[in-house]
Amino acid sequence: MEINNNQLLRFTTAGSVDDGKSTLIGRLLFDSKSIFEDQLDSVSKTSEKKGHDGVDLALFTDGLKDEREQGITIDVAYRYFTTPKRKFIIADTPGHIEYTRNMVTGASTANAAVILIDARHGVIEQTKRHSFIASLLNIPHLIVCINKMDLVDFSEAVYNDIVNQFEEFSSKLLMKDVRFIPISALLGDNVVNRSKNMDWYQEGTLLSTLETLHISSDINKIDARFPVQTVLRPQSEAYRDYRGYAGRIASGIYRVGDEVAVLPSGFNSTIKSINAGEQEVEEAYAPMSVSMTLEDDIDISRGNMIVKKNNQPEMEQEFDVMLCWLNSDTAKPRAKYTIMHTSNEERAIIKEVVYKMDINSFERDNEDNDLGMNDIARVKLRTTRRLAIDSYRDSRNTGSIILIDENTNETVAAGMIV
Amino acid sequence: MSKYYLNYLDELESEAIYILREVWAQFENPVILFSGGKDSILVTHLAKKAFYPSKIPFALMHVDTGHNFPETIKFRDDLIEKLGVKLIVGSVQESIDQGRVAEEKGKNATRNALQITTLLDAIEGNKVDCAIGGGRRDEEKARAKERFFSHRDDFGQWDPKNQRPELWNLLNGKYFEGEHFRAFPISNWTEMDVWNYIKRENISIPSLYFAHEREVVYRSHSWIPVSEYLKLEEGEKVETKKIRFRTLGDITITGGIESEADTLDKIAEEVAAMRKTERGDRSDDKRSETAMEDRKKQGYF
Ligand SMILES: Nc1nc2c(ncn2[C@@H]2O[C@H](COP(=O)(O)OP(=O)(O)O)[C@@H](O)[C@H]2O)c(=O)[nH]1
Ligand SMILES: [Mg+2]
Repeated sequence: MEINNNQLLRFTTAGSVDDGKSTLIGRLLFDSKSIFEDQLDSVSKTSEKKGHDGVDLALFTDGLKDEREQGITIDVAYRYFTTPKRKFIIADTPGHIEYTRNMVTGASTANAAVILIDARHGVIEQTKRHSFIASLLNIPHLIVCINKMDLVDFSEAVYNDIVNQFEEFSSKLLMKDVRFIPISALLGDNVVNRSKNMDWYQEGTLLSTLETLHISSDINKIDARFPVQTVLRPQSEAYRDYRGYAGRIASGIYRVGDEVAVLPSGFNSTIKSINAGEQEVEEAYAPMSVSMTLEDDIDISRGNMIVKKNNQPEMEQEFDVMLCWLNSDTAKPRAKYTIMHTSNEERAIIKEVVYKMDINSFERDNEDNDLGMNDIARVKLRTTRRLAIDSYRDSRNTGSIILIDENTNETVAAGMIV
Repeated sequence: MSKYYLNYLDELESEAIYILREVWAQFENPVILFSGGKDSILVTHLAKKAFYPSKIPFALMHVDTGHNFPETIKFRDDLIEKLGVKLIVGSVQESIDQGRVAEEKGKNATRNALQITTLLDAIEGNKVDCAIGGGRRDEEKARAKERFFSHRDDFGQWDPKNQRPELWNLLNGKYFEGEHFRAFPISNWTEMDVWNYIKRENISIPSLYFAHEREVVYRSHSWIPVSEYLKLEEGEKVETKKIRFRTLGDITITGGIESEADTLDKIAEEVAAMRKTERGDRSDDKRSETAMEDRKKQGYF
């Protein structure tokens, strides 16, 4: 059988209400022939009922009942499509202010963010907010789509003006790879098919850009980190002394024979074997799920991390994170939360709010210390025990945490270690 | 390009294994919901990989409508024996006999909605705190919003508007007494991915998925198999057609399609060219635009 080595690309969409996100996704699915007849039928019927002429492409993604009734997207919805070059996962997130938490959620695993701007309105506060979140979550690639070009006569001047507006404010943000594409989601210009109305734009369409982004380097392959999820101890004679440490490699590459250290104990050993499922392999890398055995009998359990002896993360009990508050209950000063970091779980308190971010001006606010829904702040956390941490910029998986309120069990905050 | 990247099937596999191991680590008494269909067979296959060389540490739970394809039951029992895992059966017939639910009446009566009660009873009765399902987000629009770890309140209900945000790989499986979770390790797989993977791994599946001469009746745009439960309506006639099934559910409502695909290669090819979603052949989803969402809120799979 021919082996298909196509990669998987995850992207998220952001924009204000009515900028055309749902229409754009509908267009991508429709023009890449990823929509099935029965879906088309049901959407055509609903469009008719609502009195739209033609098919309302937005209905392909606006899934839940309340959304269809209100005509807005209220939660993260996932969509899938495949082209001969790649498989894509779209996290469709809503644009309202009060739903920033959904964008953060969708952005956390994304390789790319597609930000929509309405060509008639240019860069607005929401654009800045979304770009800020994309940069805060260190999304490797940003694609800015200037939409509804049909409503501004496909004007190059309007497009250039918006690109300039964007570049001006985004110079304050950390972003590696930013591209701009003029589109009409409604008519399909430069989404899958090249526009016949904008000869002045010669770069790729949105789809061809998504198909060719270089994503192999999106995961850190230098700093090897292996959080242990669970220990495999088969109850059979053949495997009497077997202890397999099972987990998903967070970053880096491991090989049989590597000298490793186990954190937090600090004991050293050597990798004896690596298994991917039933198969023994010589090397493994992020994001593979594997199990390892070590040469020495060390006490290792869930929450421990196996790293290379000569490349270790910091062991800290107090550290700074950029925290995004996700819950309607405000943060309680000095209250204890459960903190989840890789496969580890401890308790933590917010010792201090260093500053809050105004995500429209990107200014710091040192006065206001209350953390409410959708607030982003730099805080000092103190945990009951030391954690093996990296900075989020270096490694998404070992640089991220969530906080859980022990009274409600809800996930109340997401944090990126500074 | 560096050789250190995964292709999409390997990445999906790795993600699913990660989630299965998280379930095992975070819950006391998880089970795999096993319908005998390809998705639950796939989840079971992934669980085997996730815990190798240990046995799968979960029981399989089957919610039996009593309206089975006979082959599904044989397949289930053979698999249980081969894997050496425990089987828990929740029986819709028993729920009916105990008066917990009442059989639907009329031409399009099914036991589909009745499964909800049986499922929730089986979860509660066996003190299950996490039921692992083979649901995929591409199947249906309400499913597109499911989390990997999906919280259910003490009535077993899903509140899609008030879900816990799921960030990075950090899964919050905390619950209070009486509540439980559903976990969906193959959330991100599409029907095509499932077939490509089954083909690649050569996973054995019931022969119902392969095209074969079968006795069927044409009803609401698909071919319903003849069984002891099928009552012929006026004007309906039994025909013999080369049929295969895209999903295996309650035998009384699962429609087959005409097909020549009798090997995994041909099935994958056929699915790639398919212009209809697999649930398009199930009359339970056709009842209304929001049929699935309404059932899911109450506690359906
Ligand atoms: N003229 C024009 N209208 C568009 C375009 N894209 C979206 N729209 C319209 O803008 C409105 C909002 O679109 P929708 O996709 O629901 O926006 P969302 O709120 O971002 O999901 C709808 O009436 C769309 O038909 C476009 O490129 N050109
Ligand atoms: Mg929308």
